[in-house]
Amino acid sequence: MENAQILEHRDIQGGYKRLVLRAPGIAPEVRPGQFVHLRVPHLEAAVLRRPFSVFDARDGALSILYKDAGHGTAVLKGAAPGETVSLIGPLGRGFPAECGGRMPVLVAGGYGMAALHLLARALPRRGIAFFGGKTADDVLCVDEFEALGWPVRIATEDGSLGERGLVTAPLDEWMKKPPREGVELFACGPMGMLRAIGERAIAGGWKAWLSLDRHMGCGVGACLTCVQKIHAPDGGWTWQRVCREGPVFESREIVWEDE
Amino acid sequence: MGIDLSVEIGGIRMRNPVMVASGTFGYGPEYADLVDLNRLGAIVVKGISPKPVMGNPPARTVETVGGLINAIGLQNPGLEGFLRDGLPFLRGYNVPVIVNIWGRTVEEYEEVAAGFEGAEGVAGLEVNVSCPNIKEGSALFGGDPALFRRVVSAVRAKTRRPLIVKLAPDLSRVAEYARAAEGCGADAISLINSIPAMAIDIETRRPRLGNVSGGLSGPAIKPIALKMVWEAARAVKIPVIGIGGIACAADAIEFLLAGATAVAVGTATFLNPAAAIEIAEGIGDYLARHGLGHVRDVTGGLRS
Repeated sequence: MENAQILEHRDIQGGYKRLVLRAPGIAPEVRPGQFVHLRVPHLEAAVLRRPFSVFDARDGALSILYKDAGHGTAVLKGAAPGETVSLIGPLGRGFPAECGGRMPVLVAGGYGMAALHLLARALPRRGIAFFGGKTADDVLCVDEFEALGWPVRIATEDGSLGERGLVTAPLDEWMKKPPREGVELFACGPMGMLRAIGERAIAGGWKAWLSLDRHMGCGVGACLTCVQKIHAPDGGWTWQRVCREGPVFESREIVWEDE
Repeated sequence: MGIDLSVEIGGIRMRNPVMVASGTFGYGPEYADLVDLNRLGAIVVKGISPKPVMGNPPARTVETVGGLINAIGLQNPGLEGFLRDGLPFLRGYNVPVIVNIWGRTVEEYEEVAAGFEGAEGVAGLEVNVSCPNIKEGSALFGGDPALFRRVVSAVRAKTRRPLIVKLAPDLSRVAEYARAAEGCGADAISLINSIPAMAIDIETRRPRLGNVSGGLSGPAIKPIALKMVWEAARAVKIPVIGIGGIACAADAIEFLLAGATAVAVGTATFLNPAAAIEIAEGIGDYLARHGLGHVRDVTGGLRS
């Protein structure tokens, strides 16, 4: 737990903001795919913190990205540089930062890319990234991934950036000729997208590491709010906590609920 | 400097009167990296039933103004699972462990109570006769005075450990239930549990909880809880543990003044994992400020 001072708080685009916090206790400990549980300042009516993937962590600071989407983030966007914000973290089991000699493929839906940025830096080799979003506004930080050496393919549902459609379209096209060494998938985005990625990985015999974005309570495993059905060794299933055993699970672990 | 925060609840000696409430603190390890468990008055672990329970489908909680509605559905590893995987961890700490227990039948209550008789590291039992989140069972036991007496008497007969009975938030009959618990041999009572509640998503027209309804906790329920604790404390001679929306020392002191011997902090831990510890410190500051030597000097100190 750390009281982190806001260093920078700025608009990215389309209601997305980036919050940079001085957190010398937490920042050096963050591994790719982990999150922090943030207490939104001045949100008197709230009884819960909000979880955010750590987008970047360096030099004793960490940054998160968020979209002004609920009443929590509506208040958070008013927090000014110099104010302090209470953080718990880093939390959760993140991505494995290796790809077993296979080509790493990153797949992000909307601000899901925030969970993949530290991974993009930490992986031992560069592969390819696929970003999807509803509109061009929902495709974020492409430059930063490219600067790390990742080519980024883009799809938007309205066709305002990249090709029109879901992110799985350019991914499927590219996967028609997978590299000889095989691929290892790393994804974060809405459940429908994660399921689609997971199904492709299982069908192709690849691994897909999926980061689940789930409503959370305590963030540390006590309240059992953020549970996910996971296949058990005996053929049944068990609940696991997205905040504690996750947020990253391999696609074969997840029991997908039939809609 | 001469300030004594220690209390005794039915034989359980606590270093301060601030416990963490069942269902909000897991089984200990979840918060052990964030706070010093040895500074808590006591830990009440999440409710244990004879057999493992999977609980309700998500969504399991929804935040409301000043509150949280939960419908976890009493997910727990069962008696054996907890004795094997949960309790050993807590034995490594110097803090009283109170095990919250529940069942779907009187026999299940007896089974789980008896199951802790030989267990090392259990300071006492808290019987949940009041959870609003399962269809059969506990809510029923809490809502029928005759069944309530049967359950409490049955558990009493199965355990020699200090026995706390956690009451349902029954607005009209809290004194009656408090006296019934005392009459059936409870060493203490705790109240209130969360209050039946629900929330609806108007866009999808669906309930926000997988279980449709759940139990409301958090600051929103504090004034209601305070009134019930005040009533219960006037009705019985055994100690009362005040629970319901306590988020700061002032909240806790209100419950003490209303007659509580100790308090439990629940939902507030989610926002501030150190809430219970800070509240205990704040009670100490209050005692000092008022020239009082012992926390018992506050209990029941409400002026009319």
